[in-house]
Amino acid sequence: MTGAALGVLAAGEWTDGRLYPGTGELLALGRSLDCGEVSVALLGDAPESVCREAVSLGADAVYTASHPLTGDGDADADVSAIAQICGQAKPRVLLFGKTAFGAEVGPRVAFRLGVGAAQDCVAVEAEDESGRVVVTRPVHGGNAMARLRFPDADPKVAIVRGKAYEPLAADGSRRGEIRRVELEPPVVRTRRVETVESRSAGVRLEDASVVVAGGRGLGGPSPFEQLEELAGLLGGAVGASRAVCDAGWLDHSYQIGLTGKTITPDLYITVGISGASQHMAGCSGARHTVAINKDADSNIFKAASFGAVGDWQDILPSFIETIRELVES
Amino acid sequence: MALNIVVCAKQVVDPETPVSAFRIDADARRVVPAPGVPPVVNGFDENAVEAALRIKDGTDAAIAVVSVGSGFAMDVMKKPLSMGADQLVLVDDEAVADLDAAATAYVLSRAIERLGGYDLVLCGRQASDWDNAQVPLGIAETLGLPCVTMAQKVEAHNGGLVVERVLDEGYQVVEADMPALVTVSNELGEPRYPSLRGIMAASRKSPTVWTASDLDLDPARLAPSLELVDLFIPVTDRQCEMVEGEDGQDTGRRLALRLREEKLI
Repeated sequence: MTGAALGVLAAGEWTDGRLYPGTGELLALGRSLDCGEVSVALLGDAPESVCREAVSLGADAVYTASHPLTGDGDADADVSAIAQICGQAKPRVLLFGKTAFGAEVGPRVAFRLGVGAAQDCVAVEAEDESGRVVVTRPVHGGNAMARLRFPDADPKVAIVRGKAYEPLAADGSRRGEIRRVELEPPVVRTRRVETVESRSAGVRLEDASVVVAGGRGLGGPSPFEQLEELAGLLGGAVGASRAVCDAGWLDHSYQIGLTGKTITPDLYITVGISGASQHMAGCSGARHTVAINKDADSNIFKAASFGAVGDWQDILPSFIETIRELVES
Repeated sequence: MALNIVVCAKQVVDPETPVSAFRIDADARRVVPAPGVPPVVNGFDENAVEAALRIKDGTDAAIAVVSVGSGFAMDVMKKPLSMGADQLVLVDDEAVADLDAAATAYVLSRAIERLGGYDLVLCGRQASDWDNAQVPLGIAETLGLPCVTMAQKVEAHNGGLVVERVLDEGYQVVEADMPALVTVSNELGEPRYPSLRGIMAASRKSPTVWTASDLDLDPARLAPSLELVDLFIPVTDRQCEMVEGEDGQDTGRRLALRLREEKLI
């Protein structure tokens, strides 16, 4: 008994005239669940080009809602908008990306609709026999994984980690319907006064194919200049463990881990990072990890393909110089 | 009039437990605390206590800390009192042990209502055991409060609230009227250490203990909204090739050359 609800609704995100990459991942996941129409909600008066992009990536229908307060970072407005669109679409599964938007709006919509939500999912599947929806998510700082099964009530709300699914190849010949939704005006109880951007230009940590990160073992902020140099040689970005950011050596925007950024580089080079589970939770998607650490028993070596044990101050300079010779020759 | 602040706090398995000592009872689907490693107050909740204390440092405020569960380690749960909170309320009952996020939010909301007269509810951004980051959102939805997440700074004065919230790249300043709920992130800064005087004062205070029946709970809302079907430790069977040289300098050079051989650089 799963009620009349059918299909999957993805709460999409877009910026600067483009769909957020994670929304394409949600659409691919939605199609893999194979339970009816896959639709996407795009708040904030999404232009037609963005709606078309969503269709090309797998949406059968696009709900757009143009109330000026929605889609602009006011969670009150977005919760109200998604809940209303959900009332119209009546999906069986409601998907969010694990972003600032999804991690807050997803659970709040679920509470408002009186259903449960699964946060930070790395997998969302329909069980073979029953078709019931089961999610997998890291818990205890990544030390353990939990599988959780949704009850019959619809919608089943899942907040899905970025890069857990590959988006479909864009297909411009796909057809989809754009449905404009009239929203009840939301009551927004918070007022944004100011937004301060911190990080300078450069490769975004989340998008970098090479990441060079340092941990507590570096002893202070100045060694990060060497990591910047190494990242520069490899066209990569610099990151850090939580201990580094908590100590104020680097801004929190550099933090990789459960409560920081999730990275998926081809090459991840760590220096002085022990590999606590909460850190590994943010970098387990790295294709190859290389670790330099003084403690041979460090957890980081369990995830690494190549390791070097010793004092980073002895190893790093020649490592960087040799890489310089190799990439510049 | 004093500002009434409620801080929600959870007793958790120490997240600094070494990975090698982390055990699971797969049949019972629960974590087995490592022997000799006492539980702690969830770190983000200590950040929330610190946020409350910083408000109290500058204005007339009373801080009540509320927790839901059973089998509380009293010396652990009294830490917020020794840091400077005024009151500790424990909803201590087998009926509310191991609740999921939705049910926990419901019980905490009932406890906060029973406390009454609150201006500000502060919560840690998430608990380090289930990493759900849902309970505060549920409390805000249940009590109908404005909600500001991921605070790195919280100021409360004249009925108004000013919060700096952490964004992926930077921060945002948000205002709201009280009563309101704010979730606090570790960017707020280290929680203060209890002073000797604080520890002495806390030792003389007894927590207010409520049971499920004191809160007139609806049993239907205590049932889990998702069923935990499996809990397991992920297997990483990656083999790490250790690169060794004659000394550190040689090791660094060899490591770089090895990465080139593998076409990783």
